[in-house]
Amino acid sequence: MEELLDPLALSRWQFGLTTVYHFLFVPITIGMATVVAIYQTMWVRTGNTVYLQLVHFLGKLFLINFAMGVVTGIVQEFQFGMNWSNYSRFVGDVFGAPLALEGLLAFFLEATFIGLWIFGWDKLPAKLHLATIWATAVGSILSAYFIIAANAFMQNPVGYTINEAKERAELVDIGAVLTNPVALAAFPHTILSAFMVTAGLMIAVAAWHLKRQQNIETMRPTLKFGLWLMVGAFGGTALSGDQLSLVMVETQPMKMAAAEAMYNTSTGYDASFSIFTLGTPDGVHELFSIRIPYLLSFLSTHTFDGTVEGINDLQAQYTTLYGPGDYTPVIWVTYWAFRWMIGLGAAHALVAVVGLWLTRKNRVPTQDWVWTVAIWAFPLSLLGMSVGWVFTEMGRQPWIVFSLMKTADGVSPNVSGLEVLISIVAFTLVYGSLAVVEFRLILRAVRTGPQPIASHDDQTDADPDTVPARVQTTVY
Amino acid sequence: MDLSTLWFWIVAALFVGYFVLDGFDFGVGMSLPFLGRDDTDRRVLINTIGPVWDLNETWVIVAGAAIFAAFPEWYATLFSGFYLALLVILLALIVRGVSFEYRHQRPEQSWKRRFDLMITIGSALPAFLWGVAFANIVQGVPLDTDHNYVGGFFALLNPYALLGGLTTLLLFFTHGVFFVALKTDGEIRERARRLGVRASAVTIAVAATFLVWTVLAHGTLVATGFAAVAALALVGSALANVRGREGIAFALMAATIAAAVLTLFTSLFPAVMPASNDIANSLTIENASSSTYTLTIMSWTALVFLPLVLAYQGWTYWTFRKRITRAHIEAAAH
Ligand code: HDD
Ligand code: HEM
Ligand code: HEM
Repeated sequence: MEELLDPLALSRWQFGLTTVYHFLFVPITIGMATVVAIYQTMWVRTGNTVYLQLVHFLGKLFLINFAMGVVTGIVQEFQFGMNWSNYSRFVGDVFGAPLALEGLLAFFLEATFIGLWIFGWDKLPAKLHLATIWATAVGSILSAYFIIAANAFMQNPVGYTINEAKERAELVDIGAVLTNPVALAAFPHTILSAFMVTAGLMIAVAAWHLKRQQNIETMRPTLKFGLWLMVGAFGGTALSGDQLSLVMVETQPMKMAAAEAMYNTSTGYDASFSIFTLGTPDGVHELFSIRIPYLLSFLSTHTFDGTVEGINDLQAQYTTLYGPGDYTPVIWVTYWAFRWMIGLGAAHALVAVVGLWLTRKNRVPTQDWVWTVAIWAFPLSLLGMSVGWVFTEMGRQPWIVFSLMKTADGVSPNVSGLEVLISIVAFTLVYGSLAVVEFRLILRAVRTGPQPIASHDDQTDADPDTVPARVQTTVY
Repeated sequence: MDLSTLWFWIVAALFVGYFVLDGFDFGVGMSLPFLGRDDTDRRVLINTIGPVWDLNETWVIVAGAAIFAAFPEWYATLFSGFYLALLVILLALIVRGVSFEYRHQRPEQSWKRRFDLMITIGSALPAFLWGVAFANIVQGVPLDTDHNYVGGFFALLNPYALLGGLTTLLLFFTHGVFFVALKTDGEIRERARRLGVRASAVTIAVAATFLVWTVLAHGTLVATGFAAVAALALVGSALANVRGREGIAFALMAATIAAAVLTLFTSLFPAVMPASNDIANSLTIENASSSTYTLTIMSWTALVFLPLVLAYQGWTYWTFRKRITRAHIEAAAH
């Protein structure tokens, strides 16, 4: 009972669950807004109604998803104060600014222009209407930037000073906070992996229809776009991830050591990267592993004879620096989360590469299993992203703000375990049922497929300035 | 005026924006069972706020973030102290938000009715609870020396706060009904106007009691002035509705809500969260605010971007200024 009602443990679970949940929708919002904007641009440019059909079809998936992103986002905004009030008191002076900027610059933009886009089809000229979906896309990408800058401060605090009298961190350099090296590396990494998730959705949806040999005219281009986007975005994700590793070694060496479950400092050949390990349950002794020599050295330092500090050395260093305590994150989580992030994403990219090969020169695969794989691959990159965040956040433990404040000290002192239990149960129930509803609606929209645009006489050459009759303008 | 005082008023302005704008969204949501006779009616109602409810709701996100950035102590005390009340508000906003987007996704009436109900509940709960929360802030709550709220959940449900909640509920309800009269045509517009007559009469009675209580217990001279403005505007709004001047009724209702919010903020000033147990534990503009550097950055950003935001939001309202009728819905029906 004591255990069950620990406000700290419950608050951590709640924050982790709600944030991961929020982040299931965010990548699709970011990626799909841009993809829809691209298709709409192509429609306005060419007047080809295939693009317009795609705008409506993918736009519908986008909107079903967007609603969930918005409502779960508000929870995030409130939770810092509700569950982490001591943390909020301590960092609010620094951390609040990027959040306020996010609201003022990004959320307002996004929330206003999405309304104009949904309802503005027959009220705005074609070019202006096109601008509204681009504004939405820009808003969502901007919002990712600010929230990542806020999160980067927790990973690598910069641009602040400690005010002893007020017992808090104070902002002294907003530029430093917004150009935190962690943010500069994590931003492209997150955006590009969001494009992977979006590409995965496009591939799966197209495969569903192509398997049934329907809607070929619209679904073939969607498949192609999705496959190339997946491969390109994975390349970018890997490159930026490499950059992120370098920054991480500089700022949080313990996280890298934990990612590799490496207890002893190693150099060159010994700084190897294990793809798979079997060990004793406590993770201290290794029974079996597949290792690539030098790779960890390369990942951490970009040289083959680099030295990577081990957990034991770092633990000793931190004890001297920050006083007695356990500075090691939960090793099995960080170890496996790091691998699953890369592995799941790479597996999805591999699916796309094979897909490109099978569809080369306009070939159409006829085997059913090809399409089945393409459909069921959808969750791969989404799961990869989630575990990537679990790695980032769990790897930072025991700190809530690295080197400045421990997670245990950040929790609200006056919120009882019972209250947090109530909220965690409530969120779980509501989020759980919404997940079911949302999933069914997405499936239904996918099955319905793109609808033909009943334009006046010429099917393929509608003029973007006269809205075709089928475009709904009173949506709700 | 120093920067922290400026930010007190900017926060007040953000809440004025939030309550004036999302206020009528809540009202429209609550009016569904009263004004919506059939599905077409209810679609007319929901489409009056369709393009704007999300941008209206974003005002509370920005207001919350502004408190966080400008008054971290206030943000921490308020949000952890009112934990369960905010939880209910959050759940209501979640349910309401997805309902707008999901109700039209399936043709079955039972499906739509379920989401209509969730829109109504999801609108009524926050409309009530925001009033409870703000009345408690003005009244003062027990805080310890670290500014942590120590009163527990049920202490928040005192008579003054409950009356505050009822006041915001009724104000937003009437605001929404006036909005419907302004934005629709035909029979539904007529019905909204008639409902508005009754709703505004009840609202006047309740709101007057709350404003008088506020002024007597906590009011300063300026607060009394705003309370008077609110009362006058409310009566004017009701009269305008009776005479069928929908635009004026709606505008005066917006003015009422703005003046009521300012009554609360001027009663608070210069505290942001007075401690009812020991005045020394109070959070004030002084001891709750961020550093001058942070406030300077935030002020410049607000100076540049708030006008821009107001401009594009104003343009949005202009774009969707036409009345919505059953004919529109029927034309769009699949
Ligand atoms: C499918 C998505 C995906 C894929 C394929 C990868 N990542 Fe990743 N990674 C993420 C999705 C992600 C993420 C979920 O988006 C994270 C969490 C925090 C962040 O900024 O991005 C992340 C974090 C993250 C971090 C932690 C940063 C920190 O804690 O400060 C590192 C070091 C890497 N990644 C490195 C890589 C490398 C070397 C990859 C090689 C291919 C890689 N990632 C592929
Ligand atoms: C969407 C991406 C994110 C995901 C999936 C994510 C995930 C998580 C998880 C799983 C935890 C629990 C870790 C633990 O308690 O051991 C956590 C904790 C936390 N994260 Fe994140 N996080 C994300 C982004 C952010 C951002 C952007 C911020 C700040 C702006 C943030 C702030 C926090 C805080 C305050 C905690 C609680 C303290 C803690 O337990 O570490 N997170 N997050
Ligand atoms: C890296 C992690 C995160 C990213 C990239 C991210 C990004 C986004 C994006 C793109 C949206 C709008 C689109 C959508 O809702 O689907 C959104 C919504 C939102 N997010 Fe997150 N988010 C993250 C984590 C968080 C956290 C930790 C917070 C808490 C401060 C937060 C607060 C919000 C809010 C309040 C909204 C609603 C905005 C609206 O009404 O339009 N997000 N987020």
